[in-house]
Amino acid sequence: MPLDTSIKSVLIIGSGPIIIGQACEFDYSGSQASRSLRQEGIEVSLINSNPATIMTDPVTADHVYLLPLNMASIIKILEARKIDAVLPTMGGQTALNLCIECEKAGIWKKYGVRLIGVDIQAIHRAEDREIFRQLMVEIGLDVPRSQIATSFLEGKEIAQKIGFPLVIRPSFTLGGTGGGFVHKKEEFDVMLTRGLHASPTHEVLIEESIAGWKEYELELLRDNVGNIVVICSIENFDPMGIHTGDSITVAPTMTLSDTEYQVMRNAAFKVMNALGNFAGGCNVQFAIDPATGRMIVIEINPRVSRSSALASKATGYPIAKISAKLAVGYNLDELQNQITMSTSAFFEPTLDYVIVKIPRWNFDKFKGADKRLGLMMKSVGEVMAIGRTFNEALQKACQSLEIRRHGLSGDGLESNDREELMAGMGSASWNRVFQVKDALHMGVPFKTVEKITRIDKWFLNRVVEIDTIEKAVKGYKLDALPEQLFREAKLNGFSDNQLGWLLDTTEDEVRARRLALGIKRVFKTVDTCAAEFQAQTPYFYSTFDGENESLVSDKKKIIVLGSGPNRIGQGIEFDYCCVHGIMAARDCGYEAIMINCNPETVSTDFNVADKLYFEPLYWEHVLDIIEHEKPEGVIVQLGGQTALKLAEKLEEKGIRIIGTSFKSLDIAEDRGSFSTLLKDLGIPYPKFGVAETAEEALEVAHEVGYPVLVRPSYVLGGQGMKIVINDEDLEAAVVSLLNDLPGNKVLIDHFLDRAVEAESDAICDGKDSQILGIMEHIEPAGIHSGDSSAVLPPFDLTEGVMAQIESYTHILAKALEVKGLINIQFAIKDEKVYVIEANPRASRTVPFIAKAYGEPYVNWATKVMLGANKVKDFEFKPNLKGYAIKIPVFSYSKFPEITKELGPEMKSTGEEILFIEDLQDPYFVKAYSERSIYLSR
Amino acid sequence: MIRQLEHKKPAVLLLSDGTRWDGYLAGAEGTVMGEICFNTGMTGYQEIFTDPSYTGQVVIMTNPHIGNYGVTPDEAESQQLRISGLICKSFSRDFSRTQAEQSLQDYFKSQNIPAIEGIDTRELVRHIRDKGVMNCIISSEILDSDMLKQRLSACPDMNGLELSSVVSATEPFEWGQANASYRVAAYDFGIKYNILRNLADRDCFIKVFPAKTPASELIAWNPDGFFLSNGPGDPAAMPYAVENVKLLLEQNRPIFGICLGHQILAQTQGVSTYKMFNGHRGINHPVKNLLTGRSEITSQNHGFAVIREEVEKHSGLEITHVHLNDHTVAGIRLKHKPAFSVQYHPEAGPGPHDSRYLFDEFVALMKAHRQ
Repeated sequence: MPLDTSIKSVLIIGSGPIIIGQACEFDYSGSQASRSLRQEGIEVSLINSNPATIMTDPVTADHVYLLPLNMASIIKILEARKIDAVLPTMGGQTALNLCIECEKAGIWKKYGVRLIGVDIQAIHRAEDREIFRQLMVEIGLDVPRSQIATSFLEGKEIAQKIGFPLVIRPSFTLGGTGGGFVHKKEEFDVMLTRGLHASPTHEVLIEESIAGWKEYELELLRDNVGNIVVICSIENFDPMGIHTGDSITVAPTMTLSDTEYQVMRNAAFKVMNALGNFAGGCNVQFAIDPATGRMIVIEINPRVSRSSALASKATGYPIAKISAKLAVGYNLDELQNQITMSTSAFFEPTLDYVIVKIPRWNFDKFKGADKRLGLMMKSVGEVMAIGRTFNEALQKACQSLEIRRHGLSGDGLESNDREELMAGMGSASWNRVFQVKDALHMGVPFKTVEKITRIDKWFLNRVVEIDTIEKAVKGYKLDALPEQLFREAKLNGFSDNQLGWLLDTTEDEVRARRLALGIKRVFKTVDTCAAEFQAQTPYFYSTFDGENESLVSDKKKIIVLGSGPNRIGQGIEFDYCCVHGIMAARDCGYEAIMINCNPETVSTDFNVADKLYFEPLYWEHVLDIIEHEKPEGVIVQLGGQTALKLAEKLEEKGIRIIGTSFKSLDIAEDRGSFSTLLKDLGIPYPKFGVAETAEEALEVAHEVGYPVLVRPSYVLGGQGMKIVINDEDLEAAVVSLLNDLPGNKVLIDHFLDRAVEAESDAICDGKDSQILGIMEHIEPAGIHSGDSSAVLPPFDLTEGVMAQIESYTHILAKALEVKGLINIQFAIKDEKVYVIEANPRASRTVPFIAKAYGEPYVNWATKVMLGANKVKDFEFKPNLKGYAIKIPVFSYSKFPEITKELGPEMKSTGEEILFIEDLQDPYFVKAYSERSIYLSR
Repeated sequence: MIRQLEHKKPAVLLLSDGTRWDGYLAGAEGTVMGEICFNTGMTGYQEIFTDPSYTGQVVIMTNPHIGNYGVTPDEAESQQLRISGLICKSFSRDFSRTQAEQSLQDYFKSQNIPAIEGIDTRELVRHIRDKGVMNCIISSEILDSDMLKQRLSACPDMNGLELSSVVSATEPFEWGQANASYRVAAYDFGIKYNILRNLADRDCFIKVFPAKTPASELIAWNPDGFFLSNGPGDPAAMPYAVENVKLLLEQNRPIFGICLGHQILAQTQGVSTYKMFNGHRGINHPVKNLLTGRSEITSQNHGFAVIREEVEKHSGLEITHVHLNDHTVAGIRLKHKPAFSVQYHPEAGPGPHDSRYLFDEFVALMKAHRQ
């Protein structure tokens, strides 16, 4: 069936703020869906409360509603605008839940809105565990064996039948309270009693445990007439027992035979068809018992998901874009393959490379949190790496993580503590893959590692291969390293830095020798078809094979460095900035080139930039791309710390940094020179000192006076920051800091207790500067700005204070010769304004201000950076009635063992925007009255 | 030297256009020649390597890792490895699968089939995609380009090459239960076991006859229907088969053809075949069934195809299936006879099971015809 022309106007529901388990993948899917529908001439309205999204930009949708995701907002939109249909499958669980809520209340019916892309019945069947289980049994598919017990005796009988290990799941408890794995018979009685007690109905489900089984996912698309294709098959490196979002995953599947794969494919079709009649993306998860080959259906998600974003990036097949078209009536065979543009969209992508996804955790932000991985997702972001082999992709993924690792090992950060390794492999945390490598390296028997981790031996054998190469390289001096072995190491993903460590020389020396030997990085295309057809997609990854496919044009080029994996302190805001930076560079006539390794993002959509390199933001890869493309310059100020961190090396190599110079970036970052600058400019700042030992710290503290703020220099999101009030606490804090980050200096600032905090963002062209916005924090100083509710414009700062803020902003922007963006943080006490820090780069708040005022500030800033425009070329006409509040959102529910406590270290994972008319607004009144409630100390 | 590298013995691939590719030996030592082709399937290497249709061909697998799950006896598509040689990126000597019996390395060695790994297979595929199919030679014994070139010049051209009678069974054999509801007489032009498995699963008893068996012998067995199998080589070089099938058509009993069998059925109607620039080889090929409007993902393996214009002009033929990528003919039906055929592989092995309904249709046709 072609396009359903009765649909003229569609509402897309977004996913709201970023929380653990629901990240920027939905900005990617929402943006794609919106553009896809507009291509069809459909008017798109979009609701989302997350301002730092591309989907909520005027460039994406016709009508954007930055409103809380609740029924009242939906009614407001439907009152204001004629909406024919709602597409709820692009905004994760949040959007689906809201859609169901409105359905139940009869809202859609009342306003004559059709639901497209989903079937409410299907969602219900997919989400209710028991209904789903029964449905699977009905259609002849296998599920874990289970039975309900209502008494202790009954429970024991069932356990005898099922055998150990098993799982106890009490009925009607929230978040699985009182349940868990039972490994041995001896533990069972206690666990059963606990489970029965936890259930209000004195009822538990006793289920066969499938922990340790092989885990797989299929990403599928289905159209209205029932045509189905598998877009991507994914195999988990970590077997069942760890949430998929917390597992290392690999595509395509590595250890499935065709027979097994087709059985799985057929089962997925069966599940989809049994669920209901819906058109769009879907994800089905399976487990296979490696001993017997028995296959079990785990779950189905009838919507686009984190996995479908990964699958889109892994294959090049834009799932959300096609899903949206299917939702408005098209069939798969009526659409074109978006990469070849000559073949059909009804086909199954085939890969001639391997992708590895590794999640990114932030346990360091949650002291006391349970770091073990299990059934609840705990990671905050992820990286994907593409290589010609699994070995190469795995090491590239390690290089993408930005956790100071240069690969799987061979970087001096290995552990040789056998006890620790054995314990770590048994109960997985963020570092298990490294521990597996270290254990195999030190000689722990292969079988032992296999038995403890239950990771498939094919994967373990690849790790052994990597280790074998490492050991072979280790014996040599650089000059004597045989060329064949050198090449083999590079093909297996070893970085020059790792090889430098192994060969006892420097990264630069290794690089020089490598290039002299002609071992050069080449770039291959992601084309969905393993080169069977021609494709012009500008989507590349690097490897050390023969042919280079990334032809360099003769246009002027700009490279934008992305922000890498999401983490606390560096999230979707920076991807928003990168995307706008790319668009602005294109506006200015440049060929805009993006480098990023985060599969959830809009910036890694191959349609966004002129060229996309899906590569680690790791020095060696970045430099190789720069040397290949020879751009006019590199933009580092949009991609957060990730990009900024690379600025020093760019400067060293004489590569042009677009906008603010490295020298200025460095002054702002270095507390000493920055304070000198403030002093010279006559701008007040809290007294501070630098210490390298605890003794020095005490001296400094006495000099600046307690309370003091202690922190390491060069950190992100206030990592390791503490406020202390006496010598004893200070000593403890400094010792622990120097322990965690050896070789670092400690900064000690006098802390302005009970001060008010404010911040400003501005654009400057080196001479003239324009303030974009000034925000006042509701919470007092001492809470990280990212965790504070920021009100735009300020709600109770006096004219005098405002004048100081404005004046300091202009003075600093000019003094630092900022070309582009700058963010300055202030503390205000007794009407006096102190500058706490300045960041001459895009800040977390720029997207928020841009949304609140309705002006494209990042676009303008990029044009200023590029020298294409002066600040005066733009007319600043902010449009805001009342106030806009940036509200931080936390993911504490994922860490029930720790209490919510806010301090100088950032902990929020996302943000929302709320527009209020005046200060009598109930939200504001409540937030203001509770402003100190979570303050730590 | 290290374990990783100690087995790395140099091997060379040389194409008939003179381009040379250096890699490492996998499988058995030796020198082999054949027509180079590529398969894009991400699973199913064992089925591909044992498919008789690959006789005379050297196969490039585009999936980087080959051999990961070893070799399992009941996943073979014939009695032995059929490819002349294998070209891949990374050849796994270890494997992971409880049901598997041996490694791919041991399998290749035991049947004396060489492979070359460490090749930029993507570059190679792009090369032959643009230059078209050609012959090639791989060797671990001869590393000198001129000597290889000399050897390669003796390799026959696939065009005009008849290979079915080479791979076909030499004696008739039976498959399935003798008391099954339907009897199917099959011409073995290089038949895959999975076709026989699919028929047997649908209550058929099959007798498989060598390619050059006179039609009278098939008819004499008194089957409910005839099956024309897949196979290697140039369909235009098989006039004997075309003549035999014409005789079968006179019987007015159901006929089902797959791949080469499809091309032969078309030839009985005067439609000719041609050699494609690059064939279709993979398990992700989109085909639209024009009779139902539904689409299916199919397994394909063919380097020749029937000429579309000739089918369209023919009043007695109907196009039932088209390939969605290049709109080549994927299936035909005779309007006045109970005969139909498809260019692709509904039996899968490897590949999706979307098209297995065609076996059901064949059985239904036999049922209807009997009544």
